[in-house]
Amino acid sequence: MVDHEHIIEVKEMVKKFGSFRANDRLTFYVEKGEIFGFLGANGAGKTTAIRILCGLSYPTSGEIMVAGHDVYREREKIKRKIGYMSQKFSLYEDLTVSENIRLYAGIYGLGRNQIASREEQLLERLALSHIRNRLIREIPLGWKQKLAFSVAIFHQPAIVFLDEPTGGVDPITRRQFWEMIHDATEEGITVFVTTHYMDEAEYCDRVSIMVDGRIDALDTPAALKQQFESKNMNEVFLKLARR
Amino acid sequence: MNRFFGFVKKEFQHIFRDVRTLVILFGLPMVMIILFGFVVTTEIRDVEVGIWDRSMDQASISATQKIFASGYFIPAGYLQHEEEIGELFRSGRAKVVVVFEEGFERHLQRENRAAIQLITDASDANSAQLSLTYLQGVLMTYFQSMNQEIEMPWSVNMKSRMFYNEELKGVYMFVPGLMALILMLISALMTSVTITREKEFGTMELLLASPLKPREIILGKVTPYVLLSFVNAMTIVLMGFLVFGVPVVGSLWLLMLECILYITLALSIGVLISTNAKTQQMAMFISMVGLMLPTILLSGFIFPIDNMPKVLQWFSTLMPARWFIVVIKNIMLKGTGFAFIWKETLILLGMTLFFILASVKRFKIRLN
Amino acid sequence: MSLIIDHIDKSFDAVQALSRIDFEVQDGELFGLIGPDGAGKSTLFRIMASLLVPDAGRCIMHGYDVVDDYREVRKIIGYMPGRFSLYMDLSVEENLAFYARVFGTSVEENYDLISDVYEQIAPFKRRLAGKLSGGMKQKLALSCALIHRPRVLILDEPTTGVDAVSRREFWDMLKKIQGQGITIVVSTPYMDEAEMCDRVALIQKGRVLEISDPSIPRDGDDTQLFSLRSNRGVYAYLERVRSMEGCKHAWLFGDQLHVTPKSKDNAEKMKSVMDSWDDPSLQWKPILPSIEDRFMGLMEQESEEHSTNGERI
Repeated sequence: MVDHEHIIEVKEMVKKFGSFRANDRLTFYVEKGEIFGFLGANGAGKTTAIRILCGLSYPTSGEIMVAGHDVYREREKIKRKIGYMSQKFSLYEDLTVSENIRLYAGIYGLGRNQIASREEQLLERLALSHIRNRLIREIPLGWKQKLAFSVAIFHQPAIVFLDEPTGGVDPITRRQFWEMIHDATEEGITVFVTTHYMDEAEYCDRVSIMVDGRIDALDTPAALKQQFESKNMNEVFLKLARR
Repeated sequence: MNRFFGFVKKEFQHIFRDVRTLVILFGLPMVMIILFGFVVTTEIRDVEVGIWDRSMDQASISATQKIFASGYFIPAGYLQHEEEIGELFRSGRAKVVVVFEEGFERHLQRENRAAIQLITDASDANSAQLSLTYLQGVLMTYFQSMNQEIEMPWSVNMKSRMFYNEELKGVYMFVPGLMALILMLISALMTSVTITREKEFGTMELLLASPLKPREIILGKVTPYVLLSFVNAMTIVLMGFLVFGVPVVGSLWLLMLECILYITLALSIGVLISTNAKTQQMAMFISMVGLMLPTILLSGFIFPIDNMPKVLQWFSTLMPARWFIVVIKNIMLKGTGFAFIWKETLILLGMTLFFILASVKRFKIRLN
Repeated sequence: MSLIIDHIDKSFDAVQALSRIDFEVQDGELFGLIGPDGAGKSTLFRIMASLLVPDAGRCIMHGYDVVDDYREVRKIIGYMPGRFSLYMDLSVEENLAFYARVFGTSVEENYDLISDVYEQIAPFKRRLAGKLSGGMKQKLALSCALIHRPRVLILDEPTTGVDAVSRREFWDMLKKIQGQGITIVVSTPYMDEAEMCDRVALIQKGRVLEISDPSIPRDGDDTQLFSLRSNRGVYAYLERVRSMEGCKHAWLFGDQLHVTPKSKDNAEKMKSVMDSWDDPSLQWKPILPSIEDRFMGLMEQESEEHSTNGERI
């Protein structure tokens, strides 16, 4: 039963580049429907780990299951069940809002009728119907970010990976974005997110902190603050990374 | 001065760390020379020619003799029927068939015109074209010398195709042309790409925000390429001599000076391109399409200028390579001194000044 | 006065990037420009670095106009663009030596100024700049911007995309540099970095919303700010609080909600409603607004003023 709850299960994951261990025996799991914060300093190995979990590169060793599939043998199946959004967005600047939505829906093999009705829903929910025919490059950063997120979960993936999704946006949009993330979890989507904003770590159900290729801490924000006798996650992070 | 040398040193570091740059810089000229020298040869030798002489009179027989006396052609047999032409081509025994019409001499004498048909196996279009040109050349020389009053039944452009003929061997011709092409390409392409690279990577922003003057930035970027392109030019001359036996009859010093002038010209064109291109890709595109193609087509390197329509002839005078080729041919092949090429040199000098001024003027002291 | 920004306007095609920007920076001050991407920070910094010409207004750097006397300006500023702008194919020490020579100086001459920063990356001095981590790249870029001992250091988003630890270290270094008498103007999208500055300008959509000293707590606003905490997590309460009658705004804020009631009376009423929610861990108390709260408050104010056309982000 427990296995079904763990949407990501990682045991002793190692990734080496030459003699350098970018990921050193990572072991963790992510529960279905939770918001999992994946923190760490630059160069701690976060990006390497995310690439493996998304089926973009192979680990050197370890057992890794994502959405019930093995990352060695079933990468294509994994890719179908996940969504991904990075800081640099994945929207085409020279296509319109509507064209972008349809493009991604098409990539994930949604049917024509399905696309049309869900596009309508999505635009309505984001209140972007009036700009559906505008080019992406013409719309403000905050809208782009929200749209990119909506596109990443358009095919209702089991897990969505967000790599620094809120970089550079204003504080209100940042919060609206997190409200969207919470909404997504209510639909049963698991969220795996990295960020440099430490207040955002507080919004996660559980947080892992990577230092030099290893996971040095993993717990709920409240427990971590208690463990490190800190008043916020920023202090926790500083204490850990400076150790 | 310290500033300047710092800049040049940095530029050399860029060049020697980038394998791709090195390959283009030194590999490309070598490959091109060898390709042009061996593959795209502009010479013909021992081409098999079949003769179908339907009149067998004095004129046609002596014309046939002339063809085989030229040294380029060897007889592949005398035909009696039209069907034999196809057979000859198919069996590969001949590349060209010359057909003299019936009553050839009679026509010549009475009507001042007679017809010779040249049929060629065009499956190898290039050498077919070349053989035709040579054949026409041989025949025309012969008939002209025989009788001035006889009008030639061939088109006017024939004479110009004598270009490939007799005293100039193909390799001799292509070394100056290739030098003009390679130096133009390497120098202009490399500078325009290296400057736009600074724009693309954002480092230009820092250079602009520093006390460096535009001319310091430009000179610093260009100097290493002057040296490297010069090495390139000398490599081409050396390879031409070692591999193909193309001599430098005239003064080597004069040759070097002219090369430096031409390199400077090409580099300043490169700088001008870089002031207009935002990305390396764009700079490369402009250099390739805007420089390389016209240089190949209009400089007289491959296609004789005299053959071109008037408009293109006029355009060709704008091609620096056109003048450089004349200069180099004179120095290398004819051994003439500066007295014979001062006009071309002056044109090149004028162009250089124009491009340097234009690029310094267009070089922006701010971001746009 | 180190820097005078005098009513600067700048637009690109139809887009108004900056409108009526107006502030001054004192000698030796650490001045922050805080705002999200697209607020116009980089445009303003490029004007300060003499790389762009404003449409209207003036920018005076130590008495030199950045347009007319750009040559002088370029001698006295150290500029670090928003994008990492060093040579990736040169090593750490080669980059530094190059910029030293560009400014007609040498690494040795001003080594004392950069030693704090440079010693942290010195172990990697033979590594190519392109192979450095984000934090180390920033340190190298800072060393290069400092190597000629500029009078004004202009740093455009030096900490963007850098992790919290490196960011803290970076600010510590800036404090030390400030101690050497160098004026620093720095921009950042991270609101929590405001407290490291002597003064900050909050900037949004090309306009300065406010200039303030983050060390002076602000209160006495017409409305007050409250924080709500709960051991059960506050997200669950967000919609509930927002739907309350007396609530003006409520936003997630770390492990709390920050709530702005419509008035003081409303705060009392809200408190009494919350008491009925049967969560003993619920904590409701007035707090002083941080810079981020201020920023959000000013944004709300702006959007209310502009809400006539109905477009809101």
